[in-house]
Amino acid sequence: MATRMSTGSILLLAGAFLACAVEMVEALTIVLGVGIVRGWRSTLIGAGAAGIVLVALVAALGPALGSIPIGTLRLVVGALLLAFGLQWLRKAILRSSGHKELHDEEQAFRLQQAQAAAAQDDQRAGLDWYSFTVAFKGILLEGLEVVFIVIAFGSAQGELRLAVAGAAIALVVVVVAGFLARGPLSRVPENTIKFIVGLLLTSFGCFWGAEGAGVEWPGDELSLLGVIAFFTLVSLALVRTLRRKRVLPAPVGAGA
Amino acid sequence: MSYLRSFGRFWWDFIVGDDWLVAAGVAIALVLTYVLTRNDVNAWWLLPVGVVLVLIESLRRAVRPRPQR
Repeated sequence: MATRMSTGSILLLAGAFLACAVEMVEALTIVLGVGIVRGWRSTLIGAGAAGIVLVALVAALGPALGSIPIGTLRLVVGALLLAFGLQWLRKAILRSSGHKELHDEEQAFRLQQAQAAAAQDDQRAGLDWYSFTVAFKGILLEGLEVVFIVIAFGSAQGELRLAVAGAAIALVVVVVAGFLARGPLSRVPENTIKFIVGLLLTSFGCFWGAEGAGVEWPGDELSLLGVIAFFTLVSLALVRTLRRKRVLPAPVGAGA
Repeated sequence: MSYLRSFGRFWWDFIVGDDWLVAAGVAIALVLTYVLTRNDVNAWWLLPVGVVLVLIESLRRAVRPRPQR
């Protein structure tokens, strides 16, 4: 039993860490793009304000979801995770097979810098309003996905603290890496990580959604490994099949 | 009004995304699983198979050649 619990817990921690890290890499690109061009004070205040909103959301929604019956919660969370995770997986398969362009953090960074340089000076409440609002919106939008993943993973498994820990580790790793790199984390294999995250979100969604619908999985929590393996094999087969119909140049660094 | 529209759009993009078929397919597969389990059929296999079918169809729609205008 202890082994089963630790398997689920390790997968949950890894899933929360990877999913949150990918979103945070994109948020970091926005903050760096604006901060380097227009200054750090307003940018960091905007990012911090969004961070406070996100932490408040987790603190309010996390415990509140604990009062919902676990079966209903898993059905709803599983359905949402499945719809959300399948979007990630679908895009990852299209990217890996050359049917969709790879996400380029360096290009996103340059675009962010160009927009920041072109924006007019607008001072409000002692802040550079452009820097504040872009950082606030960027962190809030990327962060809402992080909040959803953390709450979904934590509440459905009954281990909110573990999911929050995964997100917190991701935050520390991404911020430290960004500080050391002093630029966008373009060397992070983002597209490969997104592929893995898509697989994990889809697998967790399938597992919890089916449990919420009343299914008893053979092998209980261990069958989650089987579900992940099944979706991984199918996804890799789909990438191979679609590569034969490729319309874009061969993807570089697109593992999977 | 624009805030409401933005809010609705955010959730639409979040849940439905690029292809409505995915969300619809997931919902149908979950309902079928629920109905079967309520009738004493432990249909653990249905959702994984349903998800794969939905994924294949969605990818097929994404890569099919668009008709030239």
